[in-house]
Amino acid sequence: MGKRVVVDPITRIEGHLRAEVVVNDEGVIENAYISSTLWRGLEVIAKGRDPRDVPFMMQRICGVCTFSHYLKSTMAVEDALGIKIPLNAELTRTLMNIALFLHDHVVHFYQLHGLDWVDIVSALKADPKKASELAFKYSDDPVATGVNDLIRVQEKVKKFAESPQGLGPFANAYWGHPTYRFTPEQNLIALSHYLKALELQRVAARMMAIFGGKNPHPQSLTVGGVTCIMDLQDPARMGEWMAQFKEMAHFVINAYQADIIMAAEMYKDEPSVVKPIGVKNFMAHEDMLIGREDYLFSSGYVLNGDLSKVYDINEDLITEEATHSWYKDNEPLHPYEGKTNPNYTGLREGESVGPDGKMTHSKLIDESKKYSWIKSPRYDGQPMEVGPLACMVVGYARGNEKIKKAVDDFLHRTGLPVDALFTTLGRTAARMLQAKVIVENGMTAFNNLVENLKVDQTTCAPYVIDKNKEYRGRGIGDVPRGMLSHWIRIKNGVVENYQAVVPSTWNAGPIDASGRQGPYEADLIGLKIHDLTQPLEIIRVIHSYDPCIACAVHVMDTKGNTLSEYKLDPLYGTCSV
Amino acid sequence: MNESSLLQRFSERINALKKLPKIQENKSIPELLEEKGFSRRDFMKWASAMTAVLSLPATFAPTVAEAAEVADRLPIIWLHMAECTGCSESLLRTTYPTIDSLIFDYISLEYHETIMAAVGWQAEHNLEHAIEKYKGRYILMVEGGIPTGEHGGYLTIGPHGQTGLKTAQKASEDAAAIFAIGTCSAFGGIQAAAPNPTGSVPLSEVTHKPVINVPGCPPSEKNIVGTLLHYILYGTLPALDAYNRPKWAYGLRIHDLCERRGRFDAGEFVEAFGDSYAMDGYCLYKVGCKGPYTFNNCSRERFNDHTSWPIQAGHGCIGCSEPDFWDTMGPYEEPLADRLYETVFGGLGADATADKIGMGVLTAVGIGIAAHAAISSIKNPKE
Repeated sequence: MGKRVVVDPITRIEGHLRAEVVVNDEGVIENAYISSTLWRGLEVIAKGRDPRDVPFMMQRICGVCTFSHYLKSTMAVEDALGIKIPLNAELTRTLMNIALFLHDHVVHFYQLHGLDWVDIVSALKADPKKASELAFKYSDDPVATGVNDLIRVQEKVKKFAESPQGLGPFANAYWGHPTYRFTPEQNLIALSHYLKALELQRVAARMMAIFGGKNPHPQSLTVGGVTCIMDLQDPARMGEWMAQFKEMAHFVINAYQADIIMAAEMYKDEPSVVKPIGVKNFMAHEDMLIGREDYLFSSGYVLNGDLSKVYDINEDLITEEATHSWYKDNEPLHPYEGKTNPNYTGLREGESVGPDGKMTHSKLIDESKKYSWIKSPRYDGQPMEVGPLACMVVGYARGNEKIKKAVDDFLHRTGLPVDALFTTLGRTAARMLQAKVIVENGMTAFNNLVENLKVDQTTCAPYVIDKNKEYRGRGIGDVPRGMLSHWIRIKNGVVENYQAVVPSTWNAGPIDASGRQGPYEADLIGLKIHDLTQPLEIIRVIHSYDPCIACAVHVMDTKGNTLSEYKLDPLYGTCSV
Repeated sequence: MNESSLLQRFSERINALKKLPKIQENKSIPELLEEKGFSRRDFMKWASAMTAVLSLPATFAPTVAEAAEVADRLPIIWLHMAECTGCSESLLRTTYPTIDSLIFDYISLEYHETIMAAVGWQAEHNLEHAIEKYKGRYILMVEGGIPTGEHGGYLTIGPHGQTGLKTAQKASEDAAAIFAIGTCSAFGGIQAAAPNPTGSVPLSEVTHKPVINVPGCPPSEKNIVGTLLHYILYGTLPALDAYNRPKWAYGLRIHDLCERRGRFDAGEFVEAFGDSYAMDGYCLYKVGCKGPYTFNNCSRERFNDHTSWPIQAGHGCIGCSEPDFWDTMGPYEEPLADRLYETVFGGLGADATADKIGMGVLTAVGIGIAAHAAISSIKNPKE
């Protein structure tokens, strides 16, 4: 029987997540289970509230993709009430969305995922002069890689490393792991970008705050439009956005893209990141309006990695089920009908590989039963990967020129085959490509907004909520982590039912009734772990999805609070929504 | 306490801290600032700004600078409970120059799940090690409400599946000071809104130790860093209001320093979002602004390097630094004074927390606002 390896907490993500794998004697993963370990119950809380208030509450699902839920929740209410919002409002939302994507993808690659690719300690051995020259191989106008910049970065880390207390927040990681593939010089370049990205994420956040009032948790969307008309009328504010957009665009092309091309070159032979992925079905939804009826991202789904066919999404075929999730009702239900009562069964006692390699007492997942607060969304019964990779794959298969150009250019520059997309490396690259498509086309949205403002000052559409009528609607689209949909039913002027089907739920959900695994779990199977006490390979795969677990865990209980019925051994506490 | 004795007290406190060992021997905040390219002058400018935020006399700026320099004697443990990571994100957005975040990112942040490189067993080890090593010396910052339903089972962390409740209690035990960062940790937050399905409670309800609340959804980075500096300067709890919020940050209502206050006084109100009054920047009270009931310094400090704040972006305040605001301030886009009044104040309402404003006066103010809005809608010169 294989050994269990528990990875909990998975850090450098949003939320609380556990990965548990079973490895054979060769260290190859034979089975994998993913559990979310926090439940908050926001959809229960939404019930009975004023529909206009719900977007503010749903926004608090997540402070990282802080705009996504606010936007889709607002759109759900607008769809339900039949509101068509003014073009100015649409495009202003796009400018805020651009800020979100640029912020999210840059922070993800550098602050969250970067340390899976970049060995900070190795950077100490680099020759700064060589590194500075090398940077020109990946960009014509490299960022923060002058010899002096790199010397300073190196000295800074050296001081950290030499202190008796070690590396502070970088302490006790897997430095020196054999699956790190960058040369010391390449590590130094990327490390310098890591520090630069910390500064630039503030710029992207300011871009959102110009129209949103603040970030995280902007506050300028209202059902029917946007409230920031004074900012839109102020040329200085518009100019500020444009200048900051250009600053971000320069970084995306000359640091982010450069580092991904560098990673493609060095990691293309590293088995743990080019292993074919488990679920090759991809779904994405049109989003990012840049002009009237002109969306940057396309809708559709692709099955089994077959790029020659792309299908239209029928929203009626989206379901969520809870066979292995801590809810009572197992059967697949459409989000409008979704009803789930919590049924928490906890973790079991057991042993897993400890930090010293010996079997150590741990709490373990019982995979024969329920084991996560995340449900299993399916499309027509099939698991789907959503996210930037899905957006690129679907756009490519649709013949979306802007996406096709970015993908082809990347494959050409790196010499990678199309199949390389369907790997961990491909997923990480696709996120950069999505950011690149945005910086190449973002100004179109800006210019169209400026043009429209010359002839039209409308920012809000009027509406009424008739208490005698019933409404239902959904807000759907692609957010930084993939396809997100919010579903609302309104009755007597208040929320009758609320559901969110979230990107990380599509990707991180547990096994379904027919035994099919979701993308995370399927992707881990077959992965070889070099050292069971340092499961860097697992972390790298999971981080490549950009988990947002506070988002993924939600509850669909429409009956109110009945949780006190469920008996729980306090020792077995775990899990989240 | 007069200025000179306060200054003397600060100096003694800073001198005492200076005697403590640094967490990283060959590293100090002044050196770090220099490495990052900040001049002494930049740093002093920042210190002056923080002095103002803390409502200290301007002559205290050098002392505040000194306090920041000894921050490297205080290890910080940051825990994530039932939360959305918005408070951590807020800290990362810190104002230029980025000195606030330097103090956190590079000096002494012993445990922070969003930033740290270690995972799994190694992460758990880092936490236990820090608690042990810096016993009685570390500052605990907690983000998120504490789920207590099912004996805390709605949140578990680590290979041993320890509940968040237990982790928070354990870390509180030996902390030198405890700050509840954000409305969730301070008051329960969104997950504690009715019907509170997970039984989430504020940190202060699960520990017997004193907790300083720094609410907001999320709080500004100035309020987070200011709370830390205040602790370094005074070594004791700051002056707090009835909800344990530091008065230097939460002593005034949003309304008191609002940029649209003149419009309010003149009776000029936005009637609906997107109307011509909205274009002219009229007061947002009638479209639901909760500024008159909310104690925070947003109107003075703003967000994201002073880029903006909700009222500048044309939306009213939703009262996010008040206890139970999710249940008491809604609907967020309708005025409060003419409805739900009792619910909000409930005997210990927002306004009752202000020292100088008694409950009676407050009630009068609330009614006054309602009357003002009603009268103005009749007398509005534009109509």
